[in-house]
Amino acid sequence: MRKIFDFHGGIHPPENKHQSVQRPIAFAGVPPELTIPLSQHIGAPAVPVVEVGQRVFKGQVIAQPKGLVSVPVHASSSGTVTAIEDRLVPHISGHSAPCIVIATDGKDEWLPDIGDSATPDFEHIDKPELLERIRAAGIAGMGGAGFPSAVKLAVKPGVQIETLILNGTECEPYITADDVLMRERAAQIIGGARILRHIINPQETLLGIEDNKPEALAAMRAAVADTDLQVVEFPTKYPSGGEKQLIEILTGKQVPSGGLPSDVGIVCQNMGSAAAIYDAIVLGRPLISRITTVTGDAVREPRNFEVLIGTPMRYLLQQAGYEAGKNNRLIMGGPMMGFTVPDHAVPVVKTTNCLLAPTEAELPTPPPAQACIRCGLCAQACPASLLPQQMFWFAQGKEFDKLEEHNLFDCIECGACSYVCPSNIPLVQYYRASKAEILKLRRDHEKSEHSRLRFEARQERLERAEREKEEKRAARKQAAEAKAREASSAGSGEQDPIAAAIERAKAKKAAQSAGEDSSSELEKLEKAVVSTRKRLDTALAKLREAKDQGADHIDALQAGVDKTQAKLRAAEEALNAYQLANASTNGQNDAGAEQPTSDDSAPSAAQAAIERALAAREAEAALPPQERARANLEKLQQRLASSRAKLAQSRDAGEAEKVIEALESSVERLTEKIAAAKQQLQDLESA
Amino acid sequence: MALVGLAAVFGALLGFAAIRFKTEGNPIVDQINEILPQTQCGQCGYPGCKPYAEAIAGGDRINKCPPGGEAGIQALADLLDLEVIPLDDEHGEEDPRPAVAFIREDECIGCTKCIQACPVDAILGAAKQMHTVIASECTGCDLCVEPCPVDCIDMIREEESLQNWHWALPNPVSRQVEIIATDAAQATSGQDRAA
Repeated sequence: MRKIFDFHGGIHPPENKHQSVQRPIAFAGVPPELTIPLSQHIGAPAVPVVEVGQRVFKGQVIAQPKGLVSVPVHASSSGTVTAIEDRLVPHISGHSAPCIVIATDGKDEWLPDIGDSATPDFEHIDKPELLERIRAAGIAGMGGAGFPSAVKLAVKPGVQIETLILNGTECEPYITADDVLMRERAAQIIGGARILRHIINPQETLLGIEDNKPEALAAMRAAVADTDLQVVEFPTKYPSGGEKQLIEILTGKQVPSGGLPSDVGIVCQNMGSAAAIYDAIVLGRPLISRITTVTGDAVREPRNFEVLIGTPMRYLLQQAGYEAGKNNRLIMGGPMMGFTVPDHAVPVVKTTNCLLAPTEAELPTPPPAQACIRCGLCAQACPASLLPQQMFWFAQGKEFDKLEEHNLFDCIECGACSYVCPSNIPLVQYYRASKAEILKLRRDHEKSEHSRLRFEARQERLERAEREKEEKRAARKQAAEAKAREASSAGSGEQDPIAAAIERAKAKKAAQSAGEDSSSELEKLEKAVVSTRKRLDTALAKLREAKDQGADHIDALQAGVDKTQAKLRAAEEALNAYQLANASTNGQNDAGAEQPTSDDSAPSAAQAAIERALAAREAEAALPPQERARANLEKLQQRLASSRAKLAQSRDAGEAEKVIEALESSVERLTEKIAAAKQQLQDLESA
Repeated sequence: MALVGLAAVFGALLGFAAIRFKTEGNPIVDQINEILPQTQCGQCGYPGCKPYAEAIAGGDRINKCPPGGEAGIQALADLLDLEVIPLDDEHGEEDPRPAVAFIREDECIGCTKCIQACPVDAILGAAKQMHTVIASECTGCDLCVEPCPVDCIDMIREEESLQNWHWALPNPVSRQVEIIATDAAQATSGQDRAA
């Protein structure tokens, strides 16, 4: 005889199981409409693969899993998909969730190739293949949480599982779904247990059953007679069916706080899941129905039904003789951990083990809560050895740190504390709310940490860009200064109009006095024109390229091109002026042979362009110097006006700072030029 | 003599420790910054959460952060041992539902202004190309809404759904009514008299 252990706390509520075990399992029938939620399990909802109007067969996949922790959804009967939309689902919040709605045709026609993957000799299939088939059959824990079975069975490599436990405890009052399953379908469960044993390869396999189910115990004992599976009977107590509690009862081991059963070498599975795994592997049928207890004083014939997943609860209740007038509320699950369903139209899902329709006398509305009297009954009842009374104070004060220190997350939400509380305080609801709040805070903190990192990375990037720009600016300034120094040491090489004017005056004087050879000066100016033109060409090419690529520094490039164009114009003017000045000196001195300097240099395209420009300015050149200066001034003023307009426009439009800067500097330059031109004009007029 | 010797030894030890274990930056600023919600929204009047954390460390009031809300003020008060003060309305109101910016993409002209405004680089796009918000990176700070020249950015508040639903604490008020029938009767008759 195996040693049985005990766990701390626990309660003995009235069992109320006898009502629903008087009758055998009955098939609930095919309802006219099935509403199949896409998320009946923990994890990501499945993704629909059928369309509205499509005909589906019983057992056909209608939604595929998305992600690792997810399972597919199958049609429970044949018919036509009439809608894929949000419908009310059995959830405490009363929210809707995406569902596939099927209008059944009553033929209940299986998919033609449904039994093809049936493999009674599963020993020959390797483990990953079996797990994949279990997942493909849509099996998620049928005890209540709905955790995908394949994920639970995929034990981490290197972890040796000593014990496989099949949970036939069913400790919650009223529920008898597993009880009748064990009574009537013991062979199916044992078949499933053998598959599980093959997958996990444990040293021992235990079937834990409470002693309040003698018929089920007898049936299971008979079924395991010539196998090495062990049926273990233990005293009834709520909540023995909790995974951690059952492990302690059967093995004496405690699962560490925050750990999984596999950490102590144990895997637990529900009896219903074992039967479903048998169907999936040996018969090749997916999970499309389950055993659901319909009980409570408000139904005339409480019993267990085999129900198609997606059957509306209203339809199922009718089968059991539901008396709506007597019922105070409809509960999915048991009286301890179940919840009131928002509407009778919600469907039966994979985790619906019981529909409880009690009368007011049977399960009265909880009276209002009163003050905690610190009696300590909750601490005595807690199966997780927590201090519910302390946690209640902390939850009220939202002292989440202290709640965590008091191991709030070890609470299995069994409701034993609320059950024994003489002040009727809904303790479990405080713990549920606090858990959710703590998880939300953790998520928020993670997100804020993430945002902080991104913000800091951005700041750093902006600073780096600014620094680089500053360095470049400094380098440019240095280069310009060096150039200026060079130019001042090597004589004047300025292309500035002012300098050019001074130059011109100087040259004029020099020519007048000596008629010296000034072709080198002319060459320099021509070179300046050619090089500026080249720069303009490259700048234009760059701008075109940037425009093609849609780069965001187009504005800056455009400003650069404008600047170069201005420079080119200045250089051309300088050259023009110089040549004019020379021509006039030549004319005066009759020295001749100075004018056709351009003929000496190679007849390049740039040269030709200069020639053109020269020709165009010939007429202008004929004007007296005052006239020319005046025309120049006018032109400059026009450009200033247009530049100013441009600047104002971009300021209004809120352009990038660098664009505005560039425009501002160009306005400044033009103002200077105008001042110089005015000065020149004045000089000329006074001269 | 012995005392002088001890003083010298401990002095040297402390001096060494001060150099060896020197703390970079101001640790209290980091602790405050940890509590701030990092939305970088600037509603506090500072250009980001870190500058506000520095300002708090320098003595600024702790009630200028609407995204952090009452819980944030509480945490800051605990950390700095200050009085809990209500949120300053001047800087905005607390909205417990997180928001995410959404660009109506047909209307976007690709001006990049929102990209430049986003403090956490959560907007994707290039000049003259449509922009979009990476929802998972968005802090809901609102800063991209104002610069948009065509007003194509909405702030979408998260609605309660099956995914984010969670249990609420039982209503404490409901625990105080109708404790026993006679109390309830007294309470109502008292109300009647008052009326």
